[in-house]
Amino acid sequence: MDESKPSAQTAEVVPTKVAAPSPSDKLARLNAPTIIDINNVDFYYGASKALHGINFPIKNKLVTAFIGPSGCGKSTLLRCLNRMNDLVEGTRIGAGSIKISGVDIYDPSVDVIELRKRVGMVFQKSNPFPKSIYENVVYGLRLQGINSKSRLDETVERSLRGAALWEEVRDRLHTSALGLSGGQQQRLCIARAIAVEPEIILMDEPCSALDPIATVKVEELIHQLKQDYTIVIVTHNMQQAGRCSDITAFFYMGRLIEIDATEKIFTNPTQKQTEDYISGRFG
Amino acid sequence: MTTRAHPFRRQATVAALKETIVFWLLRAFTYVILGFGAIIFSIIIYKGSPAVFGSIRFDGAFPFIHNDFLFTKPQTLHIFRYKGELKQMSAAQYYAFTGEGTPETAPAAATPEQPLAPAVHATTEVVTPSPARATNAASALLAPATPTPPAETPAPSAAQPKIDPNDITEHETYSYAAGGIWPQIVGTVLLVIGSMTIALILGIFSAVYLSEYSKQGPLISAIRLAIVNLAGVPSIVFGLFGVGIFVIGMGWNISLLAGWFTLAFMVLPVIITASEESLRAVPRGFREGSLALGATKWQTIFSNVLPYALPGILTSSVLGIARVAGETAPILFTAAYATSDKLPWELSITPNRMHSGFLGYVEYPFLWIHDFALHGVSALPYHIYVVSSKIPQNEYTERVQYGTAFVFLAVVMAIALSSVLLRIRLRNRLKW
Repeated sequence: MDESKPSAQTAEVVPTKVAAPSPSDKLARLNAPTIIDINNVDFYYGASKALHGINFPIKNKLVTAFIGPSGCGKSTLLRCLNRMNDLVEGTRIGAGSIKISGVDIYDPSVDVIELRKRVGMVFQKSNPFPKSIYENVVYGLRLQGINSKSRLDETVERSLRGAALWEEVRDRLHTSALGLSGGQQQRLCIARAIAVEPEIILMDEPCSALDPIATVKVEELIHQLKQDYTIVIVTHNMQQAGRCSDITAFFYMGRLIEIDATEKIFTNPTQKQTEDYISGRFG
Repeated sequence: MTTRAHPFRRQATVAALKETIVFWLLRAFTYVILGFGAIIFSIIIYKGSPAVFGSIRFDGAFPFIHNDFLFTKPQTLHIFRYKGELKQMSAAQYYAFTGEGTPETAPAAATPEQPLAPAVHATTEVVTPSPARATNAASALLAPATPTPPAETPAPSAAQPKIDPNDITEHETYSYAAGGIWPQIVGTVLLVIGSMTIALILGIFSAVYLSEYSKQGPLISAIRLAIVNLAGVPSIVFGLFGVGIFVIGMGWNISLLAGWFTLAFMVLPVIITASEESLRAVPRGFREGSLALGATKWQTIFSNVLPYALPGILTSSVLGIARVAGETAPILFTAAYATSDKLPWELSITPNRMHSGFLGYVEYPFLWIHDFALHGVSALPYHIYVVSSKIPQNEYTERVQYGTAFVFLAVVMAIALSSVLLRIRLRNRLKW
């Protein structure tokens, strides 16, 4: 799925909407408060161990990218953060804890539904429901029993603007979402996720099925969204991680190899494996 | 010009010969099957359609087009000579013609049907003359040569001179042979609607449980295997099961309710299996996307999985409909009356006012539901069985046999077609 060549071209096209922060700014932001605290997490699929003692914090209102070769456990970890792995039979957290705002999300007292309202998710394969664009966006609100027309209209406009899709679909809100292009569908899924006003958005390879132009749009969107949301993004595309994340975590074989500010990882990694992966020697 | 020898020349090999033989064999078998099917259908259509289309009658009374074969109750055929002229008449028409047995008080010239062949199960309802309903029967007409005025016109019996009984000679009667299958059509449709409703509700619920909620394990696999095996159980066994559980166990006697449940249990395996398939065919992304937005499992299934599985479930229910409508054995002991003089909604044995303890007489306006559900119905497949094996056979019974079979095919096709149309509508609305 690595479209290294086209992405390399688009890298120049990306207009940085946010003014490039000065180095001191960056440093200050890296010291942002921790929102998710991943604490020595072991994770099992049945008998096989997929994650080995993962231990690092995720900072508030920054973009954290997980990179690594296929099967390294980055998607598994991401899906642990909103307990989507609960849907897969035979999975369990063997040891450690994941705390969001200080609460262990695997505690029996935690309501998964509330957790998922606060931790939204965008999937690798865009999955708009076969409903109208409008109904897709308000799906989460309707689940919460909100049916007031004015409230829903307002949310639709806010979310679609937030997902940079409003101008393109404002005239056909009530047509099927499946008539949208791939990139638009993915942005619709992002709009749907932000409609329920989460604090954290998890993105599982959101651009892997998109063409370069659509990828640029989603990346721009990530730049905008980090003003309001903490974003965790899994990606196969290292240029993408470089372009849109503040912090990058490199995983290999179910272990966290290195985590640092993105620029540092890409220019001066401390681990040999990281360097090899980034320079394309494997993976 | 001679064909040059080249390496790809077609040659008469044994393999090529086999290939040809196999091709023609397969083709022959297929066409033989098709041919038999076509013969059966065309015989039924050829012999059955005159009974239906031949009894279309246009006249002034509402609803202007009358069909005595379809829309009257089963009647005895009267064949006699009147002043030397051979006449064929249905019972109602005969009594209108002779004026015999017409109650002086009733303005419409009609009597209820005569008791039917004694060989038939003695389940005939007690006949209470209901003039309003009998008008339908009164207008029954088999021989177009002797027009009877429509019963709705005022006092036709008064206008009709009472004929001299001595003018009637060689009078013969044949049970059922005059046609009239309205109660059977109604019964079949009611059985199908009721049992499919029960089967779909139970089937979809258990399919949702099996495929979405239950933890996959040996127990669930065993249950699934048992369900699949149930589909192969002969229908007579379901009939006996219905007798044991519903007719005797629940004390429902021979009734629509018992028939609904018996037939529902018979088609449940098909519906559960197919519903599970359809649920599994709904993309995983729909479930995950919904759950990730904070939906509960039931919210996800109800609003984002079931609607998309519904077209598939309805497709399978078409098969179920054909089976429910067609099976005679399960309703033989549970729901079928050989004949009933009243339609299910005309039965009201239970009075609306009942004495209920210290409250005195209390009005129960919905007691007709009780009577409706706890009485048997006539059904088309059972009627075919009755007219072709339970009554004396003669040249006049063929008409009603084939006519019933023809109508039966048409009813099943109509029900299946409406289900297909519904499915297409749903699919167009819920395409992904």
